[in-house]
Amino acid sequence: MALVIFIVLSVLCVAAVVAMIVSRNQAHNALFLVLAFACLGGVFGLLDAPFVAAAQVLVYAGAIMVLFLFAIMMFNLRQPFPPEKKRARVILAAVLALVLLAELVLAGGRALGGGSTAGIPADGAIADLGRLLFTDYLYAFEITSLLIVAALVGALALAGKKESE
Amino acid sequence: MIPPAAFFVLAVVLFVLGIVAFFVKKDLLTQFMAVEIMLNAGNLALLALAKAPGRADAQALVLFVITVAAAEAVIGLAIIVLVFRQRKSIRTDDLKDLKG
Repeated sequence: MALVIFIVLSVLCVAAVVAMIVSRNQAHNALFLVLAFACLGGVFGLLDAPFVAAAQVLVYAGAIMVLFLFAIMMFNLRQPFPPEKKRARVILAAVLALVLLAELVLAGGRALGGGSTAGIPADGAIADLGRLLFTDYLYAFEITSLLIVAALVGALALAGKKESE
Repeated sequence: MIPPAAFFVLAVVLFVLGIVAFFVKKDLLTQFMAVEIMLNAGNLALLALAKAPGRADAQALVLFVITVAAAEAVIGLAIIVLVFRQRKSIRTDDLKDLKG
């Protein structure tokens, strides 16, 4: 059963990303990405990481992609981009991608050979995660809040200026 | 039981697709989306490889990565908005000031 869910989710995810590459409409691209990130959230759930799955759906598929959609709204681009003229770039990108894919699969296959599949006990995983976040990673956690405040202020300072400047 | 290698292969495929999208697309916004795809593929690889040892540290790390990615998206989009205001375009073909 889990295998079926995994296959469906990963096919959906890859298909959404491929659709994003093919499509020329930026709003559609963002919506395809919402689908891809939601599917990835499901995959995270299959990896016994339910809290990360929830954060993925809420933060990525929700907040970040809505931010992208708002930015697309601000750009007010009237016409979609014209088709590409230079095919050489696309072919070069495809060849490089295939080489990288082969390389990563080879390296990963060697690294994963003979790995055990013990897994985290499902119950108490979130409690463990919370304990880790507020003990071992407490400083990192607090600094993250500082980082978010800095990003907020920085975004306001960058993009919040009047047009007259 | 799904082998961790399957998750890793999915992460690799997503990462490569993100790179393809980054090189094929020609507007800043979609390229930025491609970077987000690559970040997510990295997260997935981290979780997939950390499943076997059975510790929750990787999940904490992935949470931090998601948070930092959110901050990065905010700043990146602000910069793209600035570029659009100054140039009235976010096509990379129109941003050639550094080309000799």
